Amino acid sequence: MSVPDELRYTPEHEWVAISGVTASVGITDYAQRALGDVVYVSAPAVGARVAAGEPCGEVESTKSVSDLYSPVDGEVTEVNPEIEDDPGLVNSDPYGAGWLFKVQLDDTGAEPPPGLLSPAEYTVLTKDGA
Amino acid sequence: MHEQLGASLTDFAGWLMPLRYGSETAEHNAVRTAAGIFDLSHMGELAVTGPAAPAALDYALTGAPSALQPGRARYTMICTPDGGVLDDLIVYRLGAAEYLIVANAANTAAVAEALTERAAGRDAMVRDRTDGYALIAVQGPRAAAILAPLASAELDGLKYYASYPALLAGRQVLLARTGYTGEDGFEIFAAPGDAAELWTAISDAGVGHGLLPAGLAARDTLRLEAGMPLYGNELSRDVSPFDAGLGRVVRFDKPDDFVGRAALAVRATAAPQRRLVGLVGESRRVPRHGYDVLWNGTKCGTVTSGAPSPTLGAPIAMAYVRPDAAEAATDMAVDVRGRAEPARLVELPFYRRA
Repeated sequence: MSVPDELRYTPEHEWVAISGVTASVGITDYAQRALGDVVYVSAPAVGARVAAGEPCGEVESTKSVSDLYSPVDGEVTEVNPEIEDDPGLVNSDPYGAGWLFKVQLDDTGAEPPPGLLSPAEYTVLTKDGA
Repeated sequence: MHEQLGASLTDFAGWLMPLRYGSETAEHNAVRTAAGIFDLSHMGELAVTGPAAPAALDYALTGAPSALQPGRARYTMICTPDGGVLDDLIVYRLGAAEYLIVANAANTAAVAEALTERAAGRDAMVRDRTDGYALIAVQGPRAAAILAPLASAELDGLKYYASYPALLAGRQVLLARTGYTGEDGFEIFAAPGDAAELWTAISDAGVGHGLLPAGLAARDTLRLEAGMPLYGNELSRDVSPFDAGLGRVVRFDKPDDFVGRAALAVRATAAPQRRLVGLVGESRRVPRHGYDVLWNGTKCGTVTSGAPSPTLGAPIAMAYVRPDAAEAATDMAVDVRGRAEPARLVELPFYRRA
């Protein structure tokens, strides 16, 4: 299972990449494996307000549906246009082509935003079977 | 073995079973277009033997196992005295006085108990042989071509819902042409000690045929597309075979009494309380087990099973709905977590092999 060093994570299995004022969000390799084949993603709309730790969409797989949580506070600026037609990108490339949405951060002062897990912390979480 | 293949395992009725090996959609499609190999060793096997075994089973089950030819098999049910479904079963007649009954894993103990009780006082013996059998299924249009080089007998002679003892890859098995996928296929009952080597031999024979190991996730979407009920979803003690549209398994033409006969006769002719229907979702959000079915905005039923269908490319579901709604409506909706998603009422099954 892959947990890239340059990312931060949520206990709900999202990853976030922060670059300046923009955060890119997706679900982790662990999450996509646990879900199985993703068939549909409902991401928040462009312009929507999202809040850290709050549900903002859903990820539907063959066997189940899970809430998608925003890792950060801000406004959605972009949604991955490829996911609509090819939700399997979430399985095949969860940290790359399978990204879900981008957020313009409200607070660019705190680096990194509070409440996120380091790769080491996230690895521990997944080993505990969370 | 399964972990070596990268399987995700899941606890199912106390058995640690492979949920999927890779992509469950790829496994599903392999069964539809080539073949898949499944470990079904969790299924319960009950042996019913003795001179009175045919009569005991005619009394215990809704079908007429006494009328089965040795070597043939039948889908049947065991009902409670009030006509509820205790389990759905495959009954294989192995000989004049020998039957093998395959039950759902979670129900095996209850079925064994009911059979024992119903056979009491007759010259018949019921034994739970679940630990004595491994069960491997090979399902799909290429299944026969994959198994033919391994089998001691001609597979062409093995009809649908028939079985015979055979050597497969040099091991003694009961080879049956049955399945739960809507495709041609085989179920192989083997000694547990032979299972790993059989699995390997079949997998090797499947190279070049597109055979994939397939897990419970694919098995569920395959049976759902084929409109086959799953105990605990479409079937339970609270529904009769007639509710599920499977009244044909109840053989009122049997001469003697059987458990549930009187209650089933009433339920066969009474106005039905619900009907099992198929729904095809028109959005991408999937109706799931337990969701409300809506007709003109009000609840008219409940989803029993739902999944994204790889073959149809749309969400599909089975649901129990009020008979008047099933008669009148073609367009319904399913309350998918607070939002009404449109769904079209269709005849079951969703998929029938060409």
